[in-house]
Amino acid sequence: MKKKDLISITDYSKEDYLRILELAADFEKNPNQKLLEGKVVASLFFEPSTRTRLSFETAINRLGGRIIGFSDAGSSSVSKGETLHDTTRMVSNYVDLIVMRHPLEGSSRYAAEVADVPVINAGDGANQHPTQTLLDMYSILKTQGTLDNINIFMIGDLKYGRTVHSLLMAMSQFENPIFNFIAPDELAMPEEYKLFLKEKGIRYFEHSEINENINHAEIIYMTRVQKERFMDPIEYEKVKNVYILRNNMLANTKPNMRILHPLPRVNEIHPDVDSNEKAYYFEQARNGVFTRQAIIAHILNLK
Amino acid sequence: MPDSLKKKLKLKVSAINNGTVIDHIPSENLFKVISILGLQNVKTQITFGANFESEKLGSKAIIKLSDVFFEDDEINKISLIARNAKLNIIRDYEVVEKRVVEVPDKVIGIVKCFNPKCITNNEEITTYFNVISKNPLDLKCKYCEKITHEDQMVIK
Ligand SMILES: [Zn+2]
Repeated sequence: MKKKDLISITDYSKEDYLRILELAADFEKNPNQKLLEGKVVASLFFEPSTRTRLSFETAINRLGGRIIGFSDAGSSSVSKGETLHDTTRMVSNYVDLIVMRHPLEGSSRYAAEVADVPVINAGDGANQHPTQTLLDMYSILKTQGTLDNINIFMIGDLKYGRTVHSLLMAMSQFENPIFNFIAPDELAMPEEYKLFLKEKGIRYFEHSEINENINHAEIIYMTRVQKERFMDPIEYEKVKNVYILRNNMLANTKPNMRILHPLPRVNEIHPDVDSNEKAYYFEQARNGVFTRQAIIAHILNLK
Repeated sequence: MPDSLKKKLKLKVSAINNGTVIDHIPSENLFKVISILGLQNVKTQITFGANFESEKLGSKAIIKLSDVFFEDDEINKISLIARNAKLNIIRDYEVVEKRVVEVPDKVIGIVKCFNPKCITNNEEITTYFNVISKNPLDLKCKYCEKITHEDQMVIK
């Protein structure tokens, strides 16, 4: 049987998504299921990402699996100049599954080709981070009860933010989504994604500021606007306070509306939002553990 | 040089009993074509020339190969750098078939990914692109998923 990797969100079908989300709900009800007993998982973090690593390692521990690996390339043979090819071949001999984070784009696709065991991409540079997308979808499903007819507002850096691109691709598989993009011109949603939506006949709207339009939203998905993304620092100064979500903007939003953010945030969500029941980003992070348990179970056919 | 000798030399170059003539190669890409097709390993007679006048290209190169015939897959590799190349297949001194090269659906090796942060530019890996547009050329890297446009293309 062909091994199942998870490299890019578009590798999976709608059926895969639904199966994983169903498993995630099951793990949320009953997180400690020793399905990985006797199995070893490699957690290879060629660049540090404490948040993602702890989420995966918690998921593996709750499944009763053992973990080997490293948390940044400095403490591994990579610092001695070993190629990704050789590290992957070696580790692939020892374990049942590889979870990999790497700063170079395409690294996990390549590792999946080299390894005999399945590979889960935990982020390859600015390219893909599919487990984030699945946990975003789980959060939407949990809070809205469905993935159909969802009006999503994406706010902030829509140009370089890989999470919004993947979420757009995934949500486009469901019935009647509506997308609203709010971003400075420099960080607007790239043409290729708008073209994709047009071809699929999916509605989208673009706005230059956060205003009462958000009252139509089921989901507000916030992302960081990073200073490094601007050629001209004056442009950054102009927009940096335009894309901040504040509690007083939420008064007339729908009762079921929820705010998501892949975290960590900088200043784009004002702390006064945190106590609003519509703030969902910390629970979203908690959902990540169940979703990653589900992804592992799906890939290794544990359930 | 007397005319008769000129004629003889010209004949010597032109005359192929059986084989393939690749015409309309941009002169500046002659050696890249030779390398992509691996002609350095061919043991039969090869003649080639560059900087011939061409109405279309300004300056063109020609390669004549005795007893060498190409599969489509093989010859289509040069389409990336010799878009207008034409093949004449020769049998018994006659042109029995004319072919043009076509851009393939997949490009394996040959081209570098334009993305400096792509794994293929940081480790010894054969590049692999899906051709998403043929004119102008757009190549989508299987690894980093970024698109290398025609004007960014660098031959490996
Ligand atoms: Zn690439």
